[in-house]
Amino acid sequence: MDVGIVSYGAYVPRFRIRPEEIGRIWGVDGKGMGKGLMINQKSVPGCDEDVVTIATEAARNMMARVPGVDPKDIGAVYVGSESHPYAVKPTASIVAEAIEATPDMTAVDMEFACKAGTAGIQACMGLVGAGMVRYGVAIGADTSQGAPGDALEYSASAGGASYLIGSENVIAKINRTLSFTTDTPDFWRREGQPYPLHGGRFTGEPAYFKHITSAAKKLLAAAGAVPSDYKYAVFHQPNGKFPTRVAGMLGFLPEQIETGLLTPSIGNTYSGSVPLGLAAVLDKAQPGDRIFVTSYGSGAGSDAFDITVTDAIKSYKRENAPTLEKVLANPVYLDYGLYAKHKGKIIMSE
Amino acid sequence: MSSVAREWREIPGRYNLEGSKCECCGKVYFPKRDFCPKCRRESLGKVSKHKIDRKGDIFSFSIIHEAPECNDFLKPYAVVFVKTKDDVLIAGQLVDADLDKIQIGMPVRAVLRKLDSDGASGVIHYGFKFVPDV
Amino acid sequence: MRDVAIIGVGATKFGELWDKSFRSLGLEAGMKALEDAKLSGEEIDGVFIGNLSAGRFIDQQHIDALVADYSGMATHHIPATRVEAGGASGGVAFRQGVMAVASGLHNTVLVGGAEKMTDLDDASINHIMDSTADAEWEAGMGLTLASLYAMIARRLMHEGTATREEIASVAVNSHFHGELNPGAQFKKAVPIETVLRAGPVASPLGMFDCAPITDGAAAVVLCPLEDAKKYTDKYVKVSAVAQASDTLALFQRPDITTFGATVAAAQKAYSLAGITAKDVNVAEVHDDFSVAGILALQDLGLYKKGEAGKAFLNGDTKVGSGKVAVNTSGGLKARGYPIGAAGVAQIVEVAEQLRGTADKRQVKDAKYGLAQSVGGTGSAVTVSILEAV
Repeated sequence: MDVGIVSYGAYVPRFRIRPEEIGRIWGVDGKGMGKGLMINQKSVPGCDEDVVTIATEAARNMMARVPGVDPKDIGAVYVGSESHPYAVKPTASIVAEAIEATPDMTAVDMEFACKAGTAGIQACMGLVGAGMVRYGVAIGADTSQGAPGDALEYSASAGGASYLIGSENVIAKINRTLSFTTDTPDFWRREGQPYPLHGGRFTGEPAYFKHITSAAKKLLAAAGAVPSDYKYAVFHQPNGKFPTRVAGMLGFLPEQIETGLLTPSIGNTYSGSVPLGLAAVLDKAQPGDRIFVTSYGSGAGSDAFDITVTDAIKSYKRENAPTLEKVLANPVYLDYGLYAKHKGKIIMSE
Repeated sequence: MSSVAREWREIPGRYNLEGSKCECCGKVYFPKRDFCPKCRRESLGKVSKHKIDRKGDIFSFSIIHEAPECNDFLKPYAVVFVKTKDDVLIAGQLVDADLDKIQIGMPVRAVLRKLDSDGASGVIHYGFKFVPDV
Repeated sequence: MRDVAIIGVGATKFGELWDKSFRSLGLEAGMKALEDAKLSGEEIDGVFIGNLSAGRFIDQQHIDALVADYSGMATHHIPATRVEAGGASGGVAFRQGVMAVASGLHNTVLVGGAEKMTDLDDASINHIMDSTADAEWEAGMGLTLASLYAMIARRLMHEGTATREEIASVAVNSHFHGELNPGAQFKKAVPIETVLRAGPVASPLGMFDCAPITDGAAAVVLCPLEDAKKYTDKYVKVSAVAQASDTLALFQRPDITTFGATVAAAQKAYSLAGITAKDVNVAEVHDDFSVAGILALQDLGLYKKGEAGKAFLNGDTKVGSGKVAVNTSGGLKARGYPIGAAGVAQIVEVAEQLRGTADKRQVKDAKYGLAQSVGGTGSAVTVSILEAV
């Protein structure tokens, strides 16, 4: 049985803020900061948007592209995020209701820093492969938090993508997936705390780079493949710099990662990061294209995927929902005051 | 805190524009009705669930400057009457639109957004709002 | 059915009456009406009171009992009934009172309307007002009552039925008359520029297109027409009280540039009174939002579609113009809008006009007067016609 992606959909809120505007507030060379991180701007949610609405829009875009799929045939909905609107009360059940997949299904919210979305894809693959469900939905979406003034504030953004995993009319077959996980506390947010903390430079070598390269190398070995076998590669993109460097370390060329590298224009969408990067690739992909994907979640782990685009993508109704290029067109730029309002950083009266 | 149940029971309409259709005369209603005002008693038991088309055109609009407290963060914001593709008129907010470019006849589609919440600890109410359909 | 007469009228001043409670307002209006009718009060055998939301404005449900008690009626166990119909609460209360006397079940009835709004903060007041529209599918979706009237205004402008200036001139007309009414909240005429330049509320409507938040009460005393002379020689005849309904939500209507309930109630009222729109000399219409004044004159048949706005703009609606004088009290906009009291206050004004006691705002030789009271966005409408005797 070929298990893979039957459909996908992406959504990014229309608002943006530039690093120089953030730097202006904190007395920092924001422009230089953005340059170093390779982030020109980041997305910001609307005042009435959160992970539920972002995940729903992505999932509805996904469903619009497969008019033949009955949402009642969806047996699982998983939403990966580190900014679920409720600490207790699932995002997934709201999204499932909004795409009319309820009630004969399972749903759960996932959290593994930035890789909960890809973990959901793996979970759905398992259920589909085992014949337990006909379709599973895996969504990675975030309205990420960065403490005011912290380096993360220049990157933490909002967006998400949704994947319909199944074994019928698969537009991109997932040939193989594997993960690499250790207990590495490079980034965390304690229960009840509004902002995450991180280990600074510790988030690099022993965390991001070690886990991505380990998972990627193991997958290449297991698949008997080399980087040049792939048309596209997508790596977790907390900024533009890390994925560019890790691609080089693994032997991928800049043109392989270019299509799926969205961070420069939208920032780090956390759980949405790799799912959105892959969506950007699928927007362009042709039959036979092979895609290499490795996510990263602090804490820490990486999920790697070896994907091949199938002929089914030719009859796939991609045009029924906007491509990322269209989603990202015509942004509205915010100053820091409006940004603070959008992010709920202003203390209001009772 | 407002009633959780009161909002919960409206979810089909709020999320997915579920209204009603009279099987006697074929008229479509939103929000749902258990009874067709046109066919009256004849329609009893013959009114079925019917989803309203998510797309339509602006029939009329206003920009709200004096907003209810729950929308303090959004003001000024647009509200619209939308004539959907199935010829039903619905009221809602129009978001993600340039306020000075809104016009009668402009195509829009319904998306899911936060409508309100019962304070910082209470339940969040989600429902449809419209965005420009470009 | 018996013919009914209004033998006494009374109203408090309208405005932000910080030192007056709901109880004192209601009592003051009632006592003025009784005094005007030269009654001691013992003759009253029934009370009807229009009130939108004392339950939310002052946390007091059971207003009927409170009114009966504080007006001394409870001592005699006189039945009191509270009526709520959104903004039409006062108009509907009046109709209930007239029906009670006409039917013969009651002989002398006091109809009051009262609202104490300013004990609550503005946001909560607006929330209550918005809930006279569809709370689930209009207010619940983020629409305000003002924005619903703005939708109407937008359509009128789009369809070429009225211009922004014409809509604004409804408020100009009300303020012109407000200056002549000592009991009005705003006793000041305003030029059209003031209305057009006022801060936006719900575009295209601004602050001066919206009736204010007001405390106030009004009352009238009714009795059978044949008995009226026993009490007073300044009484007027109630020629018709008609009421009609429409969908709760504005968006449920095929046409939002007309209030079907006004059309229906007006037709019924003219037929009951045996007159036509042409016979009307003075009209109090429900201008809670300026644009509603244009709809009212058209739906009442006083002007053709597209002509009402011009009439307001040209000043044909002003006292002394020789045409039907509109909102000589100052209307809801300038006299003030204590919601449950508004419909009764309109009756007070029309009665004053017909019996020639309207002072500076007096319309000469007024024979027939009309009052239109509207709930929500035209979901409930009453049209009452009074006749000078």
